[in-house]
Amino acid sequence: MTNHWTDIANANLVLVMGGNAAEAHPCGFKWVTEAKAHNQARLIVVDPRFTRTASVADYYAPIRTGSDIAFMGGLINYLLSEDKIQHEYVRSYTDVSFIVKAGFSFEDGLFSGYDAAKRSYTDKSGWGYEIGEDGFAKVDPTLQDPRCVYQLMKQHYSRYTPALASQICGMPEDSMRKIWEEIATCSQPGKTMTILYALGWTQHSIGSQIIRSAAMVQLLLGNVGMPGGGVNALRGHSNIQGLTDLGLLSNLLPGYLTLASDAEQDYDAYIAKRALKPLRPGQMSYWQNYGKFHVSLMKAWYGANATAENHWGYDWLPKLDIPGYDVLKMFDMMAKGQVNGYFCQGFNPIAALPDKNRVMASLAKLKWLVVMDPLATETSEFWRNVGPYNDVETATIQTEVIRLPTTCFAEEDGSLVNSSRWLQWHWKGAEGPGQARTDVQIMSELFLRLRERYQREGGAWAEPILKLNWPYKVAHEPSPEEIAKEFNGYATADFTDVSGAAFKTGQQLSGFAQLRDDGSTASGCWIFCGSWTEQGNQMARRDNSDPYGMKQHLGWAWAWPMNRRILYNRASADLQGKPWAPNKRLVWWNGKTWGGTDVPDYKVDVAPEAAMNPFIMNPEGVARFFALDKMAEGPFPEHYEPFETPIGINPLHPGNKQATSNPAGRVFDSVWDSLGQAKDFPYAATSYRLTEHFHFWTKHCPINAVTQPEQFVEIGEALAKEKGIVAGDRVRVTCKRGHIEAVAVVTKRIRPLQVNNQTVHQIGIPLHWGFTGATRHGYLTNTLVPYLGDGNTQTPESKSFLVNLEKI
Amino acid sequence: MASQDIIARSATTTLPPSVRQQEEVAKLIDTSKCIGCKACQVACSEWNELRDEVGHSLGTYDNPQDLSAETWTLMRFTEHENTVGNLEWLIRKDGCMHCADPGCLKACPSPGAIIQHANGIVDFNQDHCIGCGYCITGCPFNIPRISQKDHKAYKCTLCSDRVAVGLEPACVKTCPTGAIVFGSKADMKEHAAERIVDLKSRGFEQAGLYDPDGVGGTHVMYVLHHADQPQLYAGLPNQPVISPLVGLWKGMSKPLALLAMGAAVLAGFFHYVRIGPQRIEDDEHPAGKDPSVREVDPAVHVFDPSNPGAQGEDRP
Amino acid sequence: MKDKPILRYTANERSNHWAVAILFFMAALSGLALFHPALFWLSHLFGGGPWTRILHPFMGVLMFVLFLGLVIRFWRANILTANDRLWLRRVDRVMRNEEQGVPPVGKYNAGQKLLFWTLLLCMLVLLLSGVVIWRAYFSQYFGIGGIRLATLLHALAAFVLVLSIIVHIYAGIWIKGSVGAMVHGWVSRAWAKKHHGLWYREVTGEDRSDSHIGKKG
Repeated sequence: MTNHWTDIANANLVLVMGGNAAEAHPCGFKWVTEAKAHNQARLIVVDPRFTRTASVADYYAPIRTGSDIAFMGGLINYLLSEDKIQHEYVRSYTDVSFIVKAGFSFEDGLFSGYDAAKRSYTDKSGWGYEIGEDGFAKVDPTLQDPRCVYQLMKQHYSRYTPALASQICGMPEDSMRKIWEEIATCSQPGKTMTILYALGWTQHSIGSQIIRSAAMVQLLLGNVGMPGGGVNALRGHSNIQGLTDLGLLSNLLPGYLTLASDAEQDYDAYIAKRALKPLRPGQMSYWQNYGKFHVSLMKAWYGANATAENHWGYDWLPKLDIPGYDVLKMFDMMAKGQVNGYFCQGFNPIAALPDKNRVMASLAKLKWLVVMDPLATETSEFWRNVGPYNDVETATIQTEVIRLPTTCFAEEDGSLVNSSRWLQWHWKGAEGPGQARTDVQIMSELFLRLRERYQREGGAWAEPILKLNWPYKVAHEPSPEEIAKEFNGYATADFTDVSGAAFKTGQQLSGFAQLRDDGSTASGCWIFCGSWTEQGNQMARRDNSDPYGMKQHLGWAWAWPMNRRILYNRASADLQGKPWAPNKRLVWWNGKTWGGTDVPDYKVDVAPEAAMNPFIMNPEGVARFFALDKMAEGPFPEHYEPFETPIGINPLHPGNKQATSNPAGRVFDSVWDSLGQAKDFPYAATSYRLTEHFHFWTKHCPINAVTQPEQFVEIGEALAKEKGIVAGDRVRVTCKRGHIEAVAVVTKRIRPLQVNNQTVHQIGIPLHWGFTGATRHGYLTNTLVPYLGDGNTQTPESKSFLVNLEKI
Repeated sequence: MASQDIIARSATTTLPPSVRQQEEVAKLIDTSKCIGCKACQVACSEWNELRDEVGHSLGTYDNPQDLSAETWTLMRFTEHENTVGNLEWLIRKDGCMHCADPGCLKACPSPGAIIQHANGIVDFNQDHCIGCGYCITGCPFNIPRISQKDHKAYKCTLCSDRVAVGLEPACVKTCPTGAIVFGSKADMKEHAAERIVDLKSRGFEQAGLYDPDGVGGTHVMYVLHHADQPQLYAGLPNQPVISPLVGLWKGMSKPLALLAMGAAVLAGFFHYVRIGPQRIEDDEHPAGKDPSVREVDPAVHVFDPSNPGAQGEDRP
Repeated sequence: MKDKPILRYTANERSNHWAVAILFFMAALSGLALFHPALFWLSHLFGGGPWTRILHPFMGVLMFVLFLGLVIRFWRANILTANDRLWLRRVDRVMRNEEQGVPPVGKYNAGQKLLFWTLLLCMLVLLLSGVVIWRAYFSQYFGIGGIRLATLLHALAAFVLVLSIIVHIYAGIWIKGSVGAMVHGWVSRAWAKKHHGLWYREVTGEDRSDSHIGKKG
């Protein structure tokens, strides 16, 4: 979230799209209720189904799954053509005036630089700003230059007419216009809209671009950095924000530092490429400090072994030979026999990954599989024949499965990072049962044994393990407190910083501004710096006072970065440093410093006259409509059909097959054959969670099992009538990859949509059942999901695929 | 709770002690805020240690499908198309309404098995419950259920144990959206009034409070978008009253019936005293010979005086 | 032989009757315990409230089954005849212990016959409504409206039954010799002749008595 949970109460309009906040985030949803009850906020829900969120909405409109960019593109077009934008904000705080390189173009659905054979944009050289002789990006403040971002954007979205958007989305044009009009009112400085989304947006082959399109709308409305505004990802697990923060992705290091590629063997070049210099005069470009964060990370990992001479251990870091080893890639390699062993820590891949049968076949090729989990997951029993629910020949599977029971979050102290980026300390509620151990304990013992063996026997590339810093008091069980303090960071030597403050060795640091690239500081995750200072554990704070009545609650837990609750909050004030509206005050300039209801996301002593812009992480200092070369599919979001599309063409580019679905989507060669077509599988299906369950965990809890005991699918009344299905019947849902069987819920809440002049029926498939646990056995829903994903995040397209339906 | 706080007691014809004045409490369920997450169901199960069976899906979101001795509250989902063709998904948390004039208490034959506290809570005391199920018969909302394990009646207690020590009911505590709130009945009515103003501003002209007079008002109230049509919410009764059948059964007819029985006995007694019994006098002994008895009817016993022991019947 | 008594009820009939009577008392007392708070103390006779609730329906069903035995034995003798109408018209004289003008009756007089059919009707209603409100086994098959109606009918039928039995018992006390008939089976000829003249003639074969019972009375 750019903003945070309690801040939703400041919104005047709440748009829930690409998510079902009431269903999947009922506790956080209280702030939507609060906004409605005490801020007269209106709630709009756009979703393929009339969801639980829709049940309390002021307005609901149906949309075909996977067509959200058409809706947002149409909205951008509407806002620009009706001139419903926050002019001063857009002109001053975004890149609209920036001139784009002449090499950039967009023709017939493809941006410049596309390599059809490699299915990717291999030449992104045109996707950038014109750079002047002064080294700064060229701008045209009048916005008249046809190559400025504003003009390019206007041109790009002029194709998204209401009629065409309605045809793609299957949303009646009048509903669409009604919603757009309501959204457009939030371009007034005193009104803000918050957008709440979740995996309903991310789990598409164009997921990242859907979210970008939403961000663009919010920038046009001047709603980023504003109370009650923002683009707010509601994370699907209690600590999934923490997972990304700590870099648990194959191409990341903690704190969104990036892993080097094979080509980047030179340490200085690695840092220089990431320590971006400002692209406009007077801008902060905070990533200039990259080296300080990186060196501090390496000092935390390797301690005294990381020295200036060995580039702080740079050579001990792995280098990527390919862009990333995400799970889709790993399991593809596994299927090819290129992976021998797999550690599955808090992960249930045969349930969570797409195309269960493919994942099963991959696991069966492993020599060994270790499952660390509090529960008896399906993955740990993938070899067990459970009738139709897991119809495997056990004797043919030779994988040795080792199950290591772990504690769950309630059985250990520690912190969780929620969607608001709050690090909240929690305390153990009970001891773990039986032989369960904490993940830290298991991993530590594994490390100690590996290290001991390397020490004894040596081995290939032993240094990264042998040099590791392991300062914990109980070596086999580092305490959560020790780890948290390490993430925060401490001085590794005595020093005095530029402000004259003196630091002693071992002293906890209070913010990442204190981090240094000379080896005198260590920090395991620079963005967490400030969470455990000399004043103690900031994450354990529980002061919910709200002195300004702006729902910021700075004394509650601790938010990264620097306890800042709303990112880019400098943008909540105008060029003179005054809040855009009195009811939306967040931070302001008092003549000497920046301050207010939140911790300024800005250099506190820079006066407004200095014209340093609010988006300090970007070298240009402003927010980007034009994504430069950061996205796989192009600088502007463009609607592409799901890989399994019910209409067969992209109505925006009916003549170009390459532009039907995401031209840069993540599709492995072996997957194409597993994709179905509308003539065989005519119904658009989407998968989702129910509020009664949490993924595949709570089906192990008897009470949750009582509240949703048996697998079902949701079918609209029209389709059910066509198929002779009544509520309670058992039905089979088939796709090219397999089938599931479930009880039919026949509902008015899913209606047939008119898409591209044809009727499209959608089927809803909740995902919680499996062949372990207290509920009735069910099929793993992801049996039906295609094994492909977004080109940026590799997130599978679980929200949009084709199926057929029959009554059993 | 102390016994002084009981203002009504089942099968008790005299007034119970109720010396302490207590403020009436109420739980307000705002259907317009409820998202049907069933957290209240779960909290109820947790607090009261209830574990219903893992059932089946019958093609709806309602699970369990009905209240039971192990499920004291549940969500009932109704898909409703309003007059302008817009869909509404009406979700109602069902459970005991804690009527001011409780039909269950009226119907209960066991003294003290159902009690009404001064704060309005209607509570079952399973220790006194005999399992007859009359409370179900008496309830206008069809709420209590008899356990098939111990054959006692169960229903929502409004967490009387929690309320007694100043806590809110478990469902209220857990409700993530604040759709369920708890406090004095007066405060809850005030809160409801605010909600109704908000709902009217959103086009729900008929929004209102459900606190039906027919049962003397309730201590569980609903804010409804369509207060004019409560039956839309999975059959919430429009004008709930204790069934006239139950009224007849448990009303004046009871003492009258007892009176009638007593009167019948007395009538007999005085008839005996005033008119006396009918005796056989000596001169009434029948004369004549005693021929063999003919068989006239299978129901008429045959006696052959010449063979008195034929059927093992000796003259006593 | 003149004073030879007549056997009015066999041992089986008497046993059947008293079995029904005992069960009636149990069912009635347990039912009354549940009927009015003032009588709830009666539940202690059956081991407390729950046992009263458990036993009552079984007692009721058993009473009904045994009563069926009585029905099979006696239903023919309880068919109403034209003569009964006259008797009923003269019931006030009967009540005053007057015999003048009261027609002779068969094994049962009209009052007894009406009682018989009333008992049967009440028993049937009690059985059927009782099944509907029998929570442990059957109530789940019935709607709440049906249960409410059944509850009311059950109480109503029980009330009528209890009243009828009070009348029945009193009649036994009032008409000396009746209790004996049901205890040891025998009645005196005089008794038979006095109270059930027609029956007396039938069992004795006496053509016509010198009865004082006048046709014109």
